[in-house]
Amino acid sequence: MATQQTQLLARTLLTPAVALLFIWMVVPLALTIYFATLHYNLLDPGSESFVGLENFRYFLTDPAFLASLQNTLVLVGSVLAITIILGVPLALLLDQQVVGLSIVRLMVIAPFFVMPTVSALVWKNLLMHPVSGLFAWIAHLFGLPAIDWFNEAPLFSVILIISWQWLPFATLILLTALQSLDEEQKEAAEMDGASAISTFIYITLPHLARPITVVILIETIFLLTVFAEIFVTTGGGPGLQTTNIAFLIYSQALIQYDVGSASAGGLVAVVLANIVAFFLVRIVGRNLEA
Amino acid sequence: MARMVTTRRKAISTAAAWLVGFLIFFPILWMVLASFKTELEAFAIPPSFLFFHWTTENYVTVQERSDYFHHALNSIIIAGGSTLIAMLIAIPAAWSMAFSPTKRTKDILLWMLSTKMMPPVGVLVPIYLIYRNFGLLDTRTGLIFILCLGNLPIVIWMLFTYFKEIPKDILEAARMDGATIGRELIYVLTPMAVPGLASTLLLNLILAWNEAFWTLNLSTLEAAPLTVFIASYSSPEGLFWAKLSAASTLAIAPILVLGWFSQRQLVRGLTFGAVK
Repeated sequence: MATQQTQLLARTLLTPAVALLFIWMVVPLALTIYFATLHYNLLDPGSESFVGLENFRYFLTDPAFLASLQNTLVLVGSVLAITIILGVPLALLLDQQVVGLSIVRLMVIAPFFVMPTVSALVWKNLLMHPVSGLFAWIAHLFGLPAIDWFNEAPLFSVILIISWQWLPFATLILLTALQSLDEEQKEAAEMDGASAISTFIYITLPHLARPITVVILIETIFLLTVFAEIFVTTGGGPGLQTTNIAFLIYSQALIQYDVGSASAGGLVAVVLANIVAFFLVRIVGRNLEA
Repeated sequence: MARMVTTRRKAISTAAAWLVGFLIFFPILWMVLASFKTELEAFAIPPSFLFFHWTTENYVTVQERSDYFHHALNSIIIAGGSTLIAMLIAIPAAWSMAFSPTKRTKDILLWMLSTKMMPPVGVLVPIYLIYRNFGLLDTRTGLIFILCLGNLPIVIWMLFTYFKEIPKDILEAARMDGATIGRELIYVLTPMAVPGLASTLLLNLILAWNEAFWTLNLSTLEAAPLTVFIASYSSPEGLFWAKLSAASTLAIAPILVLGWFSQRQLVRGLTFGAVK
């Protein structure tokens, strides 16, 4: 009897959370699907009509879509590559015996806690400004011409800022994983005369495979919908050069007020994210059993 | 036994680590320095690193001109409110799944996780229209509600992993001694759960404070938190670098301090226990 009571109580306690998340997941998504089948523009109220898949055809064949899909993939891919290629050696370095390690850790992790609008504006103005930015001055010291970052390499500039924000995340997770690596295993390898490089390749790297996968999946989910950094630095431009899918949908919805097309775009973003989410959920699920 | 590390090697790793740490931290440091310069000095070439005329006038101007504290208060209310409500909903749910798991618990947890994977931009249109129709645009209530829902899966997951670590034997012992569920909750469970609750609270405060998709899209002035306030400095007119830096420094300082306390929980909270 007691267990039945407990179970009833357990279910009652769980219900509010499940119900809320269920509504949160189903209602907006159902509305997005519904709007995606309508011709619906907020500037032209009362003209709503069912158009079937017309919005999808419009959104997917819009040259802006291909450009923004490409930008999204380049952005996600580059930030992943940069944060992992720099994150692995950085995590290895912080795993060494370092005097004042806790302070170094604080400095390395700090960018992750800076709100996106602040990091984007500080980089854009104080560092990357073509005349008065610090980078321009450093280039000048070496006798090089200053780079007009946001005009000459707009997408790369955005990538640079976002990589700075996410490098701490990758480093911290890889460092956590390194610290759980069995010291004795490394010692044994060293005693057997393994060089530092082969210890890294045969022991450390395989151990990092899983955390690297997790970093890739989680970063991808967040990076697919990068918004604030683009919103405050380039506004998607020049042209479409820094418009990613999230920004394209935003501009169709809240600048052009084209609800139908923006909804169709939203669904494309959901599908993209779900492909990644599928793999992440599987990895987490496997870990839950262990 | 720890491996022997030569002094030489330790010196090299120390120098390298400090150099890299300094480079990564530098943009923040540079911003803090700029916030104490005059607008002219902040813009000057060659830049001065320490030997400039230190002034705090930017901090005063930021408040006078743009009512900084109004936005800071919004940030506190929105981040704090959404976190507290999420905790109130999540604690019973996580408690129930950790201590009375059923066959479906794992599926429920993974399903909750998958709701977090939904890109916000996928539901921007309906949320915007619903908010417009119900008068929730640019209100703190609206933002508290949406940030609470957005972070709920993370809160539940973190609490679940913490509760899971509380040994069940202790609960059984308490039950044997005739403790009711209420007493069990207050006297046995709560003290053991406090560290987990605190770190969950902290991480979600940070996430809500820095959230910059919904806040930028759903608020403009009245309810605008600091993320939106800072974004208003993105217009290219005028030389406002020192003021931008002062406003930014104020906006990130409290969260940087909290963040430094919660580095370890960050890994747990953001990887859903997939990395230990």
